[in-house]
Amino acid sequence: MALEIKQLQSAAQDVRLGPIDLTIEAGQCVCLSAPSGSGKTLLLRAIVDLDVAHGTCTLDGVARTAMPASRWRRKVVYVPAEPGWWAQTAAEHFIAPDVSRSTARNLGLESEVLERSVDILSTGERLRLALVRALELDPAVLLLDEPTGPLDEDATRLVEAELQRRLAGGLALILVSHDKSQIERLGARVYTLRDGCLVGLEQCGGLS
Amino acid sequence: MIGYVVLDYSDIALAALLLVVNGALSIRLKLGLERQLLIASVRMVVQLFMVGLVLKALFAIVSPWLTGLVVLVMVSFAGYEVYARQDRHLSGIWSWGLGAVSIALAAVFVTAVALGSAIQPDPWYHPQYAIPLLGMLLGNTLTGVALGLERLFSAVVRERVAIEARLLLGATSREALHNCIVEAMRAGMIPIINAMAATGLVALPGMMTGQILAGVEPIEAVKYQLLVMFLIAGGTAMGLGFAVLGGAHLLSDGRHRLRLDRLRSR
Repeated sequence: MALEIKQLQSAAQDVRLGPIDLTIEAGQCVCLSAPSGSGKTLLLRAIVDLDVAHGTCTLDGVARTAMPASRWRRKVVYVPAEPGWWAQTAAEHFIAPDVSRSTARNLGLESEVLERSVDILSTGERLRLALVRALELDPAVLLLDEPTGPLDEDATRLVEAELQRRLAGGLALILVSHDKSQIERLGARVYTLRDGCLVGLEQCGGLS
Repeated sequence: MIGYVVLDYSDIALAALLLVVNGALSIRLKLGLERQLLIASVRMVVQLFMVGLVLKALFAIVSPWLTGLVVLVMVSFAGYEVYARQDRHLSGIWSWGLGAVSIALAAVFVTAVALGSAIQPDPWYHPQYAIPLLGMLLGNTLTGVALGLERLFSAVVRERVAIEARLLLGATSREALHNCIVEAMRAGMIPIINAMAATGLVALPGMMTGQILAGVEPIEAVKYQLLVMFLIAGGTAMGLGFAVLGGAHLLSDGRHRLRLDRLRSR
């Protein structure tokens, strides 16, 4: 068993999210496919404990409350659709830039990209670098908010190939995606959010 | 003492005539400043004479309780002043409490150090020393704390995405807020650092000028001014440290979240 979410519910009064139950095993992929504004991002933020929420989240039977939030977020890693940057060059955002260079190459990024200033990188480059930065932590669960949204076909396939390798290695993946063929390629269970609650759809076929 | 020229009220009236000239110019050139000039100068005259009367009474009585009461009033005004200078502030009691507590701790501590070491008046709470020292420290610490908090809050709002990016990669809230804390501390310390660097070359400090005019030996006045500048710099750094670190603490929580919901805009 990897990640188990029980009765997760936003504590904010103006937000309608949950209660949500979801279990995802190691090597599994879950896809959230719901219209914008339905609370997908809020759900991912609640899972990594970035927003205040009621309910329990456990990883391999250990509750997140039993560890500092910083350690939880290194095991359950969330990459937002528009990731943030705090330093000048891309390389400064990595713990081990040399290891990450090879992951970056897998995603179609030349190693010079890391030396560049973040300001001049394209949206697609930044999004892939954020994925590399998250994979550097070797997470048990990865939460991706539209990881291939702004990417072209080739780059999308490279990202998917890397994700498939990680899934095979035991990573549990939750991603937000609206691309039916992508969901199919990753073999994801599909859910949507209705009135803040998680509703399961038939695997791949349930999207209309 | 070299000599002390006692001012007559007629001397002050003569200086005030300069303002009348200003007012006439304002009317002639249609600057529209004459009303504000008049109100501001009348306020200054009334306020300063009132403070003079209060100090005269305090000096005559020399009561620790009365001195304490005046200290409390001064600290409250300082806390309110910090609050009034912020575009954004924390919700609840910390909105003015953070600034007030920081300034009060720093100013009272540094005043106590000065009274206990350099000046040693008898009795130690003699208002002639305690009140002016505290007033000067409050005023200067207030500037630093207000600037520091203002910068902290605006930087945290501006850098929200970057701060959360660090939190998402497993940083503690202190690590994630580090850049904002540094920026706020620098912003708060720059006025006093600049003042120390420029003192004597560009401007003669008001207190030193006053002492020299009152007949004090220049080197003695310089020594007093140095003491005061060091006290002010120490007090500013201390108050700023309390305020900025406290503010950063209040903007995060035990689960290392960024709590911008605790920040209110004016």
